[in-house]
Amino acid sequence: MELFINQLINGLNTGSIYALVAIGYTMVYGIIKLINFAHGEIMMFGAYFAFVFAYMIPWNLPFILIIIISMILAAIMGMLIERIAYKKLRKAPRISALITAIGMSLFLQNLALLIFGASYKRMRPLVSTEPVHLFGFNISKLTLITIGLSVFFMMVLTFFIHKTKPGKAMRAVSQDKGAAILMGINIDNIISLTFAIGSALGALGGIFYAMAYSQIYPTLGVMPGLKAFIAAVFGGIGNITGAMVGGYLIGIIETMTKAYISKQWVDAIVFGLLILILLFKPSGLLGKSTKEKV
Amino acid sequence: MKKLLLLITTLTFGLLLSACGGESNTVKFGVIGPLTGDYSVYGVAVENGAKLAAEELNAAGGVLDKDLEIIAYDSKGDPTEGVNAYNRLRDQDEIDALIGGTFSGVTLAIKDLAVSDNMPVLTPTATHPDVTPNADNIFRACYTDSYQGSTAAVFTADSLGKTNVAVMYNKDDAYSEGLAQAFMDEYDARGLSYTEYEFGSQDDDYSAQLTSIKDEGHDAVFLPAYVAEVGAVLTQAKSLGLDVPFIGGDGWDGIEADYADVAEGFYFANHYAKTDEAAAVQDFVTNYTEAFGEAPNALAALAYDAVYALAEAFEQADSVDSDAVVEALANLEYNNAVTGTITFDAIGNPIKTITIIKVVDGEHVVETKVDAS
Repeated sequence: MELFINQLINGLNTGSIYALVAIGYTMVYGIIKLINFAHGEIMMFGAYFAFVFAYMIPWNLPFILIIIISMILAAIMGMLIERIAYKKLRKAPRISALITAIGMSLFLQNLALLIFGASYKRMRPLVSTEPVHLFGFNISKLTLITIGLSVFFMMVLTFFIHKTKPGKAMRAVSQDKGAAILMGINIDNIISLTFAIGSALGALGGIFYAMAYSQIYPTLGVMPGLKAFIAAVFGGIGNITGAMVGGYLIGIIETMTKAYISKQWVDAIVFGLLILILLFKPSGLLGKSTKEKV
Repeated sequence: MKKLLLLITTLTFGLLLSACGGESNTVKFGVIGPLTGDYSVYGVAVENGAKLAAEELNAAGGVLDKDLEIIAYDSKGDPTEGVNAYNRLRDQDEIDALIGGTFSGVTLAIKDLAVSDNMPVLTPTATHPDVTPNADNIFRACYTDSYQGSTAAVFTADSLGKTNVAVMYNKDDAYSEGLAQAFMDEYDARGLSYTEYEFGSQDDDYSAQLTSIKDEGHDAVFLPAYVAEVGAVLTQAKSLGLDVPFIGGDGWDGIEADYADVAEGFYFANHYAKTDEAAAVQDFVTNYTEAFGEAPNALAALAYDAVYALAEAFEQADSVDSDAVVEALANLEYNNAVTGTITFDAIGNPIKTITIIKVVDGEHVVETKVDAS
């Protein structure tokens, strides 16, 4: 039983990261129907920003400030990517935008390769990894912070989407762009805001990922980015709560499979489950099935 | 004016002809390794080690009274690129012998070509068992995966007295799996217990396996993997409060650079120890550090030894003829090597000692040396 709880905590830790990154995929898809494949790379850059501010610039900034600066930089980066690469393609066929996103992903990977080099760098955790004794379990402090901060930011996001004006505008744009313009909503700004929020949360996921697994390298975003994308589809792409639930579920399923079945079955089980869900509920776990308009 | 031009043309042609014809006045060793990309740290070490040896040999009069030239090409760690590099070395540069390929996969890819060309090959670092059998002209300077794995098992069982070990290895990597298999075979033979834990090349998260290892109460973990993975595993083990010794193989070489704090007190099998007080080792470390600005890793030492051993074989054959060189290699006994005496068994594997290193205060300390069995 103790082992089970410990593995559950491991799963929640990975799940928090997947959930944070999945939110970015789902928000962007919700608003411009684009699968932003460069999102994994934003996650990677977020981790590098934290690395630079923590170890390459000798300012000795506190942990929380490093996180906030990295999130802001990643948000700016996300907005720039949208303005430069995606905006002109809003009316283009969806496949063009998708290919652009893949191109952007490769471009960013190679940019990181040029700037930081190919070698794995050690990312020392910015907070203590010493185990903390809690309810009879030894949990690393970093894990507690990862889970805590993820849940906190998700709550802030939910509040923002449902209770504030820009949040309502965001929902309006995702429901009907034309009507939103008629209501006087500046959709360019709303789309930028969506990219900014998604990228900032993605960067936070990247920072936690690099700290938990102690390494940082230019292709860091590829696998977790893919898993987070699956989480977003799993939960119903376009649905923010769905992305969170999907992220936690994927994280827990993955860890439990590794722990109790076999490492080799992890991907087979995760992807098999995805296929099952999509067979019975094509719009994902929490996705609303929309009727095609003719 | 015309006469001058004619004179120059004649002279140039004359020079060109003399350069092409007759005996070449250098001995050429080709080097193949990943010089760029993710694995460049390994290839560059091999190239540097080989070049340092060639420089020293040339300063002392060269090989067969000729200058020794090292020509290094990039394989990017990819077998196809490796074959291209080999073809270029053979056809364009007309090398006399090959040091390489650095990786087992690349070496296996060029093996058939090298056998049909009867090219003398001494790979410094390819540890896969299939590299040397059924190829009279292929030798290696490093010991094999299985030899290393079983030596690590002997050390873990006899010197550390561990009887219930977790064997954690990378299922996607032949090197890691080879060491793990040899380790488990040795434990089977002794009737000691162990449990397998696998991970994959794409993994960053090892917490599930480590949590289970902790829960099972294993008294040691054998982790044959490369530094990047080992560093991540050890860091996570520490944060999960897993407090047992880890034992590894030569893939751990260089762990002290970034992960000294989490690898403190752990052991790994290696080809040599930087802190070994033997004169050959200390000279090599000093000269290498002076030439390239960083301490050599084991791959650099093996490449350095490979060049010296090959040069020695050329001297003993007293010719650049392949058959003579291969025969000289087969009977070679090279004593002054950094990584221990080099002699080859019937299939071209070296018979040499394994050094077990303990990481203490971020330094390599020789724990023990295990002789060839």
